[in-house]
Parts: sequence; C-alpha cells; structure tokens
Amino acid sequence: MKEMTIMLDCGLSAQSILNFLPLPLVPSPRLGSLSNWLPRDCNDPQLEGELKECHGRVFVDSAPEFCPPLGKLIDYSEIDVILISNYTAMLALPYITEGTGFHGIVYATEPTLQIGKFYLEELVQYLEQTPKAALASRWKELLHLLPPPLSESFKPRCWKQLYNLTTLSSSLARIQTVGYNEKLDVYGALKVTAVSSGYCLGSSNWVINLDHEKVAYVSGSSTLTTHPRPMDQNALKNADLLILSGLTQVPSSNPDSMLGELCMTVVSTLRGNGSVLIPCYPSGVIYDLFECLSAHLDSSSLSQIPMFFISPVADTSLAYSNILAEWLSEVKQNRVFMPEEPFPHAYLVKMGRLKHFTHIYANGFNTEFRMPCVVFCGHPSLRFGASVHFVELWGSNPAHTIIFTEPDFAYLDALAPFQPLAMKAVHCPIDTSLNFVQANKLVRELKPANLVLPDCYTVPPPSLPHRTDLVIQQADHKVLVMKRGEVISLPLKKKKVKVKLSAELASCLTPTQIKPGVMLSSLTGNLVVRDNHFDIKMFEGSEGDSNQLLPVKSSQNSQFEWGTVNVDLFVQRLNEEGITDAKVEPSPSGYIIHLQNQDTVIQIDDRSTHIFCEEPDQKLRKHLRKVLSECLNKF
Amino acid sequence: MQEIEVTPLGAGQDVGRSCILLSIGGKNVMLDCGMHMGYNDDRRFPDFSYITQDGPITNFIDCVIISHFHLDHCGALPYMTEMVGYSGPIYMTQPTKAIAPILLEDMRKVAVERKGESNFFTSQNIKDCMKKVITVGLHESVMVDSQLEIKAYYAGHVLGAAMFWIRVGSQSVVYTGDYNMTPDRHLGAAWIDKCRPDILITESTYATTIRDSKRCRERDFLKKVHECVDRGGKVLIPVFALGRAQELCILLETYWERMNLKVPVYFAVGLTEKANNYYKMFITWTNQKIRKTFVQRNMFDFKHIKPFDKQYIDNPGAMVVFATPGMLHAGLSLQIFKKWAPNENNMVIMPGFCVVGTVGHKILNGATKVEFENRQVVDVKMSVQYMSFSAHADAKGIMQLIQYCEPKNVLLVHGEASKMAFLKEKIQSEFKIDCFMPANGETAVIKATHPISIDMSAKLFKSEMDHQNSQPPDPKRRRILNAVLVVKDSSMTVMDADEACEEAGISRHTVRFTSIVRLQDPGPVAKTAEHLFGLISSRLVDWNVQLNDLAISVESVLVKVEGTEEEKNVLVSWANQDEELGSSILTLIQTIDDGEVP
Ligand SMILES: [Zn+2]
Repeated sequence: MKEMTIMLDCGLSAQSILNFLPLPLVPSPRLGSLSNWLPRDCNDPQLEGELKECHGRVFVDSAPEFCPPLGKLIDYSEIDVILISNYTAMLALPYITEGTGFHGIVYATEPTLQIGKFYLEELVQYLEQTPKAALASRWKELLHLLPPPLSESFKPRCWKQLYNLTTLSSSLARIQTVGYNEKLDVYGALKVTAVSSGYCLGSSNWVINLDHEKVAYVSGSSTLTTHPRPMDQNALKNADLLILSGLTQVPSSNPDSMLGELCMTVVSTLRGNGSVLIPCYPSGVIYDLFECLSAHLDSSSLSQIPMFFISPVADTSLAYSNILAEWLSEVKQNRVFMPEEPFPHAYLVKMGRLKHFTHIYANGFNTEFRMPCVVFCGHPSLRFGASVHFVELWGSNPAHTIIFTEPDFAYLDALAPFQPLAMKAVHCPIDTSLNFVQANKLVRELKPANLVLPDCYTVPPPSLPHRTDLVIQQADHKVLVMKRGEVISLPLKKKKVKVKLSAELASCLTPTQIKPGVMLSSLTGNLVVRDNHFDIKMFEGSEGDSNQLLPVKSSQNSQFEWGTVNVDLFVQRLNEEGITDAKVEPSPSGYIIHLQNQDTVIQIDDRSTHIFCEEPDQKLRKHLRKVLSECLNKF
Repeated sequence: MQEIEVTPLGAGQDVGRSCILLSIGGKNVMLDCGMHMGYNDDRRFPDFSYITQDGPITNFIDCVIISHFHLDHCGALPYMTEMVGYSGPIYMTQPTKAIAPILLEDMRKVAVERKGESNFFTSQNIKDCMKKVITVGLHESVMVDSQLEIKAYYAGHVLGAAMFWIRVGSQSVVYTGDYNMTPDRHLGAAWIDKCRPDILITESTYATTIRDSKRCRERDFLKKVHECVDRGGKVLIPVFALGRAQELCILLETYWERMNLKVPVYFAVGLTEKANNYYKMFITWTNQKIRKTFVQRNMFDFKHIKPFDKQYIDNPGAMVVFATPGMLHAGLSLQIFKKWAPNENNMVIMPGFCVVGTVGHKILNGATKVEFENRQVVDVKMSVQYMSFSAHADAKGIMQLIQYCEPKNVLLVHGEASKMAFLKEKIQSEFKIDCFMPANGETAVIKATHPISIDMSAKLFKSEMDHQNSQPPDPKRRRILNAVLVVKDSSMTVMDADEACEEAGISRHTVRFTSIVRLQDPGPVAKTAEHLFGLISSRLVDWNVQLNDLAISVESVLVKVEGTEEEKNVLVSWANQDEELGSSILTLIQTIDDGEVP
C-alpha cells in the first residue's frame, strides 16, 4: 500500500580485522620478523607472503578489511529511509549510501551525527596513517586449507577496505538531524520519532507510527544511570510490533563491578610503579572512566598520576561532550545552570591531570609524557592506532597492565599477534546495554502484541550454554525470530488509512440508519492528494469543467440503492405514472418486464436492475429511473 | 469548541511587557510573562486579576510558555508563581532557563536595593520559580497533558529564543515571541516549517520598516568607538552581564582582530567568565559558523578582551570598558562614569533601555549635570550615545515568516498601534487572510473550522492510489470520489459501495442503463470506434477515457460499437451513479446520428 523500505541502523562487523596483523606506527622489528605461513603441501606462489604466523596463530599481512552488511539481500537504491540509533551503529553508512544509487533520507540525532563523525574519522585516520602497500586476497580462495579461526571467516570475499574521508563526509552530509520526540513525517506515509535510549550521548530508539499501527524498534539501550539522558520507555509501550536488538555483548558481567575492578587494577598497577593502557573508542564509556577513575585516584592519594587521552579526535570529543547538555542525564544537565561544564573532564584538562594529544608524535607529547601513567587510546582491536604502539612498548614488562573495557572484541584474540606477552592483561568489559533480566522486564512492561528477536537471543550464549536464564522469554506474546541473511515478513495488516473530510462536506451528509448502530451515507467529493495524504473536499467538479463540452457536473448526492425491488409495487407505480403496457415475465434469476410500446426491457434480479432502451428516448428512461428509485432502499 | 480566543494582558498594541492569554480547544495557555521596564508601580506586571478575581490562578491556566530570557518576556514570572500563586507547568528552552534567573536577579537588585521597593520578589522566589520550569528541546513534541501539545522552533533573536507551536486537537497556533529572520553575528535566522496554524501570533516591533540592517548599526557603533579611541578617548559601555554584553564583545573582538587594534578592551562584568561560559556551553544554539569552528576556537574565548581591574580607571590613554550594571544606577559602571564624564574626549554608549530615575535615563534625556546623593555634581561633557541592537524581524521578515508557515489568520502583538494597522492592511491584501491586533484586555475571537479525521478502507485507498499513480502528476487535477461513509460504533470509515454494504450486512442493488443508437457511418467497425473515442475524449478533458477492443470506457460508462460496414449499433451503458455522464455521452452520440456534429 504505502510502500516504504526503512533500514534500521547500519552497523559494521569489525570482527574481521582481528584476522589481520597490527599496523604499528613505527616499524616493529618483532612483527617484521614473523615467519611466513603456508598450508602443508601447498606451494601456491600467489599465497606467498600473505600469511604470517605468530605464536601458533596465523594472520593476514595486509590492510585490514571490514565486512559490510549483506548487499545481496536488498537493493540500496530502493531504501527510502535509514534510521540510525547511535554512533556505534553507523559504520557501514558510507558503504550503503555512496555509489549505490541510494537516494533516501537518513535520520539521526545531532550527537549521533557529531560523535559518529569523529568516531569514523578516527578510524579512517588510523588506517590512513599506516598504509599497507600490498593487498592480500589469494588466501580467500584457499580458506579450506587454513587453520581456524581464519578458516571460519564469514564470506571474506565480500570484505572491503575502509572508505576514505571524502566518501565518509559525503555520506554524513545526507544525515538529517532530529531531536528526541520530534515527530517526523516521512513522505506523508508514516511518522517516525526518536526517543532517548539511555545508552550513549544522543542514542535513540525509534517509534514508527502508521495511521493505525505502531512499531517500536529498540536498539542499544540502557536503564543504568550513567551520563546520557535516561531511557524513555513510555513512548515504546503497547506497540503492535516490538523489534528488540542491541542487548549486552557480555551478559555475565556487571558494569558496576567491572568498573570497580578496573579502578582497583589501575591503583595496584600504579602502586607497583607500572603504567596502565586502556584501549578505547573516542567517546562513550571513557567519559565515565575519566570521572570515576580520577575520583578513585584522588581517594587513593594518586592525584599526581597523569591520564593521557591520545586520539586524532581527542580535542573534538572532549569539546563536544561539554556542549551537548540537553542530551545528558539530569544531574549533568543541572550543572550547566551553575554554569559549570557538565563533565568533570573539562576541569581535569584545565588542571592538567588529563592531557590529550592527537598522536604520540604530536607536539609536546614527548615533553609531557611521564610514567607511571594511565593511557587511553584507540583502537580497542589493537590492530591500528596508538594502542598498537603501547602494547609493543610495554608488552615485555610485567609491571604494566592492559585493561580491556570495550566489549566489541574478544581480548585474547586482540592480544594474539602480540604474544608472548609479559604485561598483565585484565578483562573488565563494560557494556551498559540491557542485560537479559532488564530486557525481559522491559518487554513485560512494554506489552507489545508481537515481538521480533534475533535468533541469538532465543538460546543461551555459545560461551555459556548452561545459563538458560540468558535468553528472552517468549511466553505472553507472539515471537518472530530473525536470522542473519534472512528476510522475514512482519505481521502488520493494514486495514485502514487516515484521511481528512472537510467540515463543509461533512455537514452536508445525511446518514441513513440501516440498522441500530450502523449508518451509511453516500459521499461525493473532490479527492485531493498531497504527499500521500487524502483530503476529501466539497464537490466542485473537475478542474477542467469550464472547458468541458459535456455537461457532466453534479454527480453530487448520487445515492446507492440496496435491497430488492418489489415487482408488483413497481408495476403498480408504473401504472400510476401512466405506463400501462408493462408485461411481467419470470426469468431464471428474477423477472423481465417488457414495455411493449416502447421497445424497452427491464430486467430485475435480486441484486441488480438493468434497463434496456432500444429506442433512445431519454425522457422515458429518466421517468423509469425515477419510479425505480422510489421502489428501492437508498443511502 | 470551534473558536480560538486571544487576549493580550501585555503587548497588545504596545511594546511593553509581553503576556498573552490563549484559549484553544478548552485549554488556556499563557504566552510569556513579561515585565514593563518603564513603570515602577502596578502597571509593571500583567494584570493577573483578569484571569480570576479570587483564588489561585493555577486552575485557570494549563501552562505557561516563555519564549526567551528578555525581561519584557519573563520578568513577571517569579511574581506570578511565587506571589500571585501559580504551580502549573512552565516551559522554556534550556538556555532560557539558565540565563533568565541571572537577569531576574540583576533586576531585583536594582528594584529593591537601589530603589528600595518593597513587595518585590526575593532571590529565593526566583530560585523556587525556576524549579518549576520544564525545558524543551527544539522540535521536540511535548505533551503538556493528553490533549495539549507544544513544540519549539528556532527564533534567532537571543541565545535560546524560541517560537512555539501549540496544538489542541486539530486547532493550532504559533507564537513567535521575538524573532529575527536574518542570521547575525552569533545567531542563526528563525525557521519554521509549513505547519499551517489557525493563527500566527507575531511580534511587530519593526512593523513598518524595512530596517536599516543590523549590520549598519553595528558599523555605526564600531565607527564611533574607533573614532573615540583614535583621539585618545575612553569608551564606557554599561551592560548587564548576559545577552547584549556577549554580542558586543564578539563585535569588538572581531573588529579589533581585523583592524589590528592595540587599544585595550576590558570586560568588568560581575560574572565575567561565568557569563561567557553559558554561551560556550550552549554553542549548539548559535549559528552554523560558530558551531563548526568551536573546537578550534570557541567564539566566546575572547583574545582581545581582558578582565578589568579598578585601578585601570585612572590609566592614561584610550581604552574601552564594558561594565555592569547597564543603566548606570549603581556599581562599577557608575563609578567609572563619574570619573570619565567631565572629559569631552570620552564617550558612553548605552546599548539598552534605561528606567526612569537612573543616571542612564537622565543623560539619555540630555542632562549636562548629574547630581548625586552626597550633593556631588558631575558635569557630563563626554559624548552620550544610544544604540539599540535588538534583533527583531522587520516587515519583510514578518511577511517571510507568514509565507513559511502559511497561517489561516495573523494576530499582531508587541508593536505600536499605528504601525500595526499599516502592517495589518499589508498582510490582508497580500495574503488574503484575516489579521487581528487586539489591545490589552481585548479578546480576539477567531473561528477555526477543520477537516474531520476519518478512516478510509485499505481497498478504496489502494484503488484511488493506483488511479492517482496511473496518471501524470498534476496538482490541479481534482478527482471525483463517489463512495460511502460508514458510521459504526462511533467510528467513521469511507469505503466503496460494495464494501459498505457488506459492512452493514445488506445487499447492494445495482441499477444500470443501456441504450442503443443506430449510426450511419460506413467503413470498418474499428474506424467508427476510433472516431467515437476521439469525439468523446475531446469533449471530456481531464477524464480518463479508454479505448479497448471496440469499446470505449470512462468511469462506469461503456460505449460499444457493433454492426456491419454499412450500419453500426452503438450500445451506451452506465451505472446509475454515473447518470449525468452516461446520459450526456448518449446525447452526444445521438446528435451525431442526427447529423448535427460532423
Ligand atoms: Zn526580546
């Protein structure tokens, strides 16, 4: 009916990059001396040099590649709307919007756009500052000969290199920013609203309203109290369809206890005169980490320990976080009324406790850098960015510690190309998204008629098969399960559409009661279509009426007949009107009345009457029409 | 309720305090709650007794909306909430909520501490009042209750200024507050979508002027300052801590940078750093350019403007000093004034309104001597300048806004009666819509009829949509809809007749007519059919006439040609609902037979 294709988020699977060797900022003799790896009994010369072995694992020596969304499922040029929930769910946007014939609209909140921009720029810059000359591709043809996990790669032939800054910025230019609770009219066909999801700055869930149906899409959401504006659950209630996604990636870890563990690890490392490396993204949980960790260092009398934040976009991240007050928790919002910056990191920067640099080779870094210290830098995969440098630098010293907080990458896989490692590695994944207890509670409260889930939420996580509590309960509502690469139809039957009836026309209608509680009224008006909306207005004829040569106006107040014709009554009325030559004969389906003098036949059945006038005498025909009309029910 | 009522308690044919009562769909909304800066008595505040004579007014007002932080728009708010007694919701944007209390406190100090007024609200009153405020984001749709919806649009004018769209049911109103249709040094231009409100309540401060642009006044200001410092004079600019002060700072900062001037500029404002902080943190409310560059350089981190120290008063040579308070009624600005006034080389620039009784008011009225309490008399030889920098829409801007949002009526407030009348004429003649300009206490009643929202069955919708899509787009085409409205269990749905009968549980009875015309048109049957097709389509412009297999169809009318080379039988058949169309086509074909039409 109102045909629309909406794409909900466009995340990018970055797991593929773990199969590649890290890209060090300065040449690493260790990585350079890794031995080539070839499958046994294989001497494909093209494969030579593509694969390297480190500590029993095989890696691809090439520029890292990403696995964009499956392009064969949908034609991107057919997409009307893309809704982006948060800045972690837009990595694939340039793959979809650029060079694909895409011409739809992309909606995201202002923080999603701004933070997404520097998030992606950071990624692009990391890769551009350590270019790789050769592109390995032969290995993709010989997957069956390779050891795991490389052999288990998902469709590596579809993997692509990252886009460049030009492509990125033209893709981002398509984004139209929206506010929370702003009702957007999409091509007149539906209304879309972003509501706060509590997960990160500007993160949103989406409510899609058709005239009579409501679809709620829950993406990365959090019910914990951190820095973003709290999750708005009210708006998601009683949907006909609830699509639930974005649950925690580490269902067995509690973010609070992880944070506590992190603080303790940092303090004990610093006390042992070691330094701490925390690989991170340039926005998100780090804001909370700056705040909590600095307070913890204060209470541990370690205030003098510097914190370094190294990222090409560090300054942008810190600056933006302090001008987005309207998207923050109430406590943080209230600070701007003082007026003080909402995040304490502004103060930490001012006091010189948090120092930020674009690169390790940036001006002033060498003079400012001192150990022991805490370093925050990207990328959490340890494949590019300053984190590669610090692991290489500190890896052999057991006094130092690397703490993994970002849950996107399995930390042992991230560390694999750096083995053997003497530095301590601590896993404190902090994922504030909904866990299964919170998600089940949420679903119960939202009371959707239908629930749509990815298949992975219906069984316990593969790593914890005995934890049968780590699933979404499916009682109480219809559940549909989505699988990767599959198209499912959602059970929304559209029965009605809203239209506007002009008050003037409405006042002219005279409904007829057909039976108690049911009234019908014929309705003749001009139908005006604008942006998929119908307006029914007072009948004024067709626009061209003035130059119509046929008098076709005034089909106004034409009525509809119903019921059956009482033939006896009809003949009697004809008689009264002076038509006396009617001869009635039964027919297989009713009666045939023959007006012998006029060469006219009236065929009356239960549900229809047909008047044939051989002699085109319009006067007689109109007369018959009037009499017939009196013998039928009308509305 | 079909009528919308608007009653100004302030800003009705005047530019004093804005306070407008709106009654829409059974809801009462107060638009702004301003204070008149020109009065010291009761006339200062809106006459709340108009709303009710006894008891709290909370029961009579569903919500209060404040458009921006200027005191003529929010100055009476603590009085209303804490002294008159209003505990309902109050809405404003976040920057307004941050900045308004500071200006209110400044004003309170002037009124109470300087002029010794009693019966004025207290600092605590201001704090308690602000606690009741709910902030709204731009374009956020806020439901005040289950029926009353409000939405803020960007208004330019000052940081955080907003226009508000207010809706109950299908009735809606837009209130502009003060707005600016041209982007200025630190703010963007007002914007609104085509929301087609029943009434646009717009300010009309500059109703008759296509103003000398703000740029011109700024140039004038810079020229005067530059000339003064060039001759070694000192320039004093009394300001309040927030608002205009930051605007003027940006202005001087960029000028100093561009002209490479070395003369010191000082900022001696109570809250210096704090005040600028507000602007830094609300940078998302400024214009595109400032937002884009703020990471590299925050426009409100001033390079040329330094904090002032009292000892600098007697420094020799030129300088420019911003000092509080703005009306020269107390504090540092007055102290500096006393020192610098006797020297004709110096200059004082008053960038805002001054209350009667203040030194500012006196010198603006040409006083050459000012006497102080301790019988001290100061000769005013310095040059005294008044400059208004307030950003309002001019006549052109107002017309532009009307074009943007396409209101059904316009209502003018916040302007002078004579100028309003001129603009009213212009709006009525140009847009062919009604325009109102009620005086204070006078109620404008505006009729608002609206289409009724009903359902259409999916089947009918789809067939109409298919019909629509099968034709080339033509906005002027009007399609005749012949359908049935089904009223059942208080729901209303339009359907086609068959569906409606099914819904009502009755069987439809279709009536059809068929007539035969004999035509003498030698030649193949197909040729006759084409001939008739050409004839009918030429007479029915805009109708979808089709020819298929010797049969011509338009709507339910079917014209079929049969017969031989010599003689043709033309069957014309139609359903009762197309009686006019069918009988006209029949007549047309009959006239061919009669040889009237070739
Ligand atoms: Zn104003």
